[in-house]
Parts: sequence; structure tokens; C-alpha cells
Amino acid sequence: MEFLTQIIIAGIVIGSIYSLVALGFTLIYKSTGIVNFAQGELLLVGAYVCLHLTVSYQIPFIFSFLITLIFMFFFGFLIERVFLRRMIGEPIISIIMLTIGLSSLLKSIVQIIWGTDTRTFPKIFSHEPVKIGFLNISMVYIFALISIAIFLGIFSYFFKTTKTGVAMRAVASDQQAALSMGIDVRRIFALSWAIAAIVSTVGGVLLGNINGINTSLSQFGLKVFPVVILGGLDSIIGAIVGGIIIGVLENIVGGYIDPLVGGGAKEVFPFVAMIIILLIKPYGLFGTVKVEKV
Amino acid sequence: MLSIKNIEVVYNDVILVLKGLSLEVQEGNIVCLLGSNGAGKTTTLKAISGLLRPDNGDITDGEILFMGTRIDRKDAAEIVKMGIFQVMEGRRVFKDLTVEENLIAGGYTRTKGEISEGIEKVYTYFPRLKERRKQLAGYMSGGEQQMLAIGRSLMAKPKLILMDEPSLGLSPLLVKEIFKIIKQLNEIEKTSILLVEQNANMALSFSHRGYIMENGRIVLDGDRDYLLANDDVKEFYLGVSSGKKSFRDVKHYRRRKRWLS
Ligand SMILES: Nc1ncnc2c1ncn2[C@@H]1O[C@H](COP(=O)(O)OP(=O)(O)O)[C@@H](O)[C@H]1O
Ligand SMILES: [Mg+2]
Repeated sequence: MEFLTQIIIAGIVIGSIYSLVALGFTLIYKSTGIVNFAQGELLLVGAYVCLHLTVSYQIPFIFSFLITLIFMFFFGFLIERVFLRRMIGEPIISIIMLTIGLSSLLKSIVQIIWGTDTRTFPKIFSHEPVKIGFLNISMVYIFALISIAIFLGIFSYFFKTTKTGVAMRAVASDQQAALSMGIDVRRIFALSWAIAAIVSTVGGVLLGNINGINTSLSQFGLKVFPVVILGGLDSIIGAIVGGIIIGVLENIVGGYIDPLVGGGAKEVFPFVAMIIILLIKPYGLFGTVKVEKV
Repeated sequence: MLSIKNIEVVYNDVILVLKGLSLEVQEGNIVCLLGSNGAGKTTTLKAISGLLRPDNGDITDGEILFMGTRIDRKDAAEIVKMGIFQVMEGRRVFKDLTVEENLIAGGYTRTKGEISEGIEKVYTYFPRLKERRKQLAGYMSGGEQQMLAIGRSLMAKPKLILMDEPSLGLSPLLVKEIFKIIKQLNEIEKTSILLVEQNANMALSFSHRGYIMENGRIVLDGDRDYLLANDDVKEFYLGVSSGKKSFRDVKHYRRRKRWLS
């Protein structure tokens, strides 16, 4: 029982990080129609920038985290401006190829600058687990859950009540109609990339604090696919719920099946689940059936 | 206030749709643009509002002036800011946004204060929208969606509204209601309106002037009473004569029109 609860808590933490990354992915997909294969690399870049600021410049973690978020906002913005803007109207397959190219490029740049060894954040959180009832939860998990909750709160406020947030959803809903009310659709595209970079960065920094970072962290970007297939490609709530479900199930599989088969089940589980879901429901479990704009 | 001079519009670099179209909207007027399916009415509106680009359309000749400024090279956002707002065909409400969020989106070019004022104003015109303010627009009836689409246009405080077939798919009763509101907007808000319709009878009776277009050109124009009394209009658009006209008759009509002018 104790074991299962611990597994579930760890699953919720990792799962909510999947949620963040999937949120970024869905945001770009919804507003621009682009399937972003470089989502994991945004996470990677964000995590390394924050690590670099913290370790090399000795900036207190909280500040380097905030500086990184600002930096990544502009980084996402810039990627859209430089690479994707000129692709508007080009065939969707070319755009997908471009994001695949971008993912390799970003990953190589990170390797060139920071190498391939695993690096860790300086210990910010004490290792003493906190006792809540009969549970022992590590500080870093609590920090992760709280920051994710804060970010999701900020984003839901942004999308529900601010003019720009509503405009972003309007663009996702009907691009030409949005254009007809004077909404600057290009700016919204760039903003989607900027926000996607931010949420991925939050995920990357949290992961870095939990497990340390190396370039294989970018594989988190691929985990996004089972998550969004479960949650529906175009649903933000779906991305969040899907992330947590996949995280928890994956950890349960890891805890109970991996010892039996000698490992590997945990890693492959989300993709097996994805294939099964696709075979049954080609648009994902909660996705809309209509094919989005080309 | 709006003056279109001899514009040509081409889609995909090859399909010539507007072939030297000219049209004027006087300040304070409701002007209707009538014509059968495929005549180029929607294209005309999109040429004005800068929405041709996403459809791969281009204005290749002529010019469009609004309050003395050329707008045919401007993009959609600039044109909205100058005071032209298009209510697109098929209403195009944001289905997964609430009624109020749709209105906020409509006020994108306006300040926060103007947006809250605008929302209140829209609710006085359409109390039904106020009742449904938290509801997703996609779950509303066709009539309510049309009201929302018109309300959304008010949010931008336009000087000129371009309306593309607001009566499409609505019951006769609702059509009347919508036209009454259009009239009110014109009288109370002093908004000029360019109204595209296939429902010629109703549209003409609510308009000051009308244009009739065929195949990318204006074939006839005049004030309401002139058009309502015109035999050709009666025959082809008001459905007064008996029997449907064949395509050949329409062609004949056009030939005659050119000879007349
Ligand atoms: N995006 C487009 N690409 C190519 N041709 C188009 C496009 N939109 C409209 N057309 C063509 O232009 C002509 C006029 O269309 P439209 O302006 O929609 O007419 P109306 O609104 O009067 O029914 C039609 O023949 C239509 O097929
Ligand atoms: Mg039309």
C-alpha cells in the first residue's frame, strides 16, 4: 500500500510535467496547426540555460529560473519569427520536417555548449522527506507540484480573462474569423511558440531538480505524443489530464511489471497505450473528429 | 465614405473573379449588394476588408478608398482599426468560446474600457445574449449566433459594417428581426452598412441604395424605389414573374443591360 502510494505520487509529479510539455505542444498545434517535434528540445534548452545561470553565474535558483523563463519566452518567439513564419502556407509535411530539423539542431547546439554528461542542479531542497500523514514526500516533489499548479493557474487566468489570451483561443477556433476582427494572427503564432517554450522550460527545470539533466531529457518531447493522443490533440484540458494519467500508469507499470520482465516496460508502456488508443479511436480519446486546418 | 474603383480580383493567380467592379457607399447609408450565387459578392467584401490574402486572392487592378485613404494595400488588422468590420458569411462565431469571450475577441482592437462599454451596449441591443453570456457560442441557435456575430462587430466600433448574407438559413421571422436590428444600428449608432444578400426583396426594402452584380461586374444600381420598381429587378431578383429564368435568359439580360448603359 505504502509502495503503491509512493509510486502514484511520483507518477503524478512526472505526469504533471508531461502535462506542461503537452500543453505547449497543444498550444502550438491548436493555434498554428503545426505538429512540433522540437517540443522536447525547448525543454532541454530551458533546463540547460537555467542550470548554467545557477551554476556558472551563481545566481540564486529562483532568480535564474525567472531569468530563464524570460529568455525562453523570447527564444520561442524568435524561433517562430525566424523559421516558421516564412513557412506559413507551405505544405504541412515541409513544416513538420522543419521542426524535426530544428529538434536535431537545438540538441546538437546544447551538446556542443554543455557536453553530454549528466549534470545536476545544486541541492536546493533538503533531502529530508516531509511527512504528510503516513506519507513521506520529498521536498522537490512538493515544490514541483506547487509550481505546476501556479503555472496552470496563471495560464488559465491568461486564457480566460485577458484580451490576448482570448484572442489566442479565437485564432485556434477560427483563424479567418479572428483575422476579420483585427486580431494579429502572426503575433498570436509567435506568442504560442513563446508560451510553449516557457511551459516546456518549467518542465525541464523541475525534471533537472528531480533527476539531473543530460541531453536525453529531450525524449520527453516524444512522450508528448501518447499524452496528446490520450487527451485529444486539440484539447488543453485533455493535455493536462492525459499527462497525469500517463505519468501515473507508467509509474505503476514500472513499479510492478518491470521487476517481472527485467525492465523496459515502463518506457514502452505509453507508446503501447498510444497505439492501442489510435487503433480504436483515430482522433484520440477526447479529440474532435474534424481534421484541423491544413 | 467607401469608394471602389474598377477593381479586379484574381484567385490563385489565374481565376479572374471581379472584372472591373465599382461601387460607392455614402456615409450613413445602408447599401445592399445583390446577386446570385457565385456572382462575386463575398469576394467584393473580402477585397474591402483585406481578407483575400488567406484565400490566395489578390486585387490586381483598381483601387479602394475609405474616407479618402487607399486601403487596398493594407492588411486586415489595419482596416479594422480604420473602422471597417466584416461580419462573415455563415456567422463564424468562435464555437468553443463563450458568448462574452466572442465579444471580447471582437473588441480586440479596442482598449479594456471600451471593451466593457461595448459589451454593455451589445447586451442592450441583444438581451438574449446577456442571458447566455457564459454559454459556449457553438451551442446556440442559428439566430442567436447571427446576433452574436453582429454584436461582435459592434465591439470594434466600426464606421462601416460589411454584412455577408446575415439572413442565410434563418426563419422568416428571425430574418425580419435581424434586419430590424441592422436598421437600428444604422439609425442609432450612425453606422453605414454594406449588406450582401440573396434575399433581395427584404434587403432592398431596408436599404437606401442597391447594386446588382452578375459575374464579377455591377449590372445595375440605383436607389431603393428605383430598383424596386425596375422590371428587370422584379423579374430576376424579386421573383415577381412566373417561372424560373434559364441561363440563356440571364445572358440575354446582361447583353441588354450593357446595350442600355
Ligand atoms: N478561395 C477561392 N479560390 C478560388 N476561387 C474562388 C475562391 N473563393 C471564391 N471563388 C470563386 O469566385 C467566384 C465568386 O465567389 P463569391 O465571391 O464567393 O460569390 P458570392 O459570394 O456572390 O456567392 C465563384 O466562382 C467562386 O468559385
Ligand atoms: Mg458569398
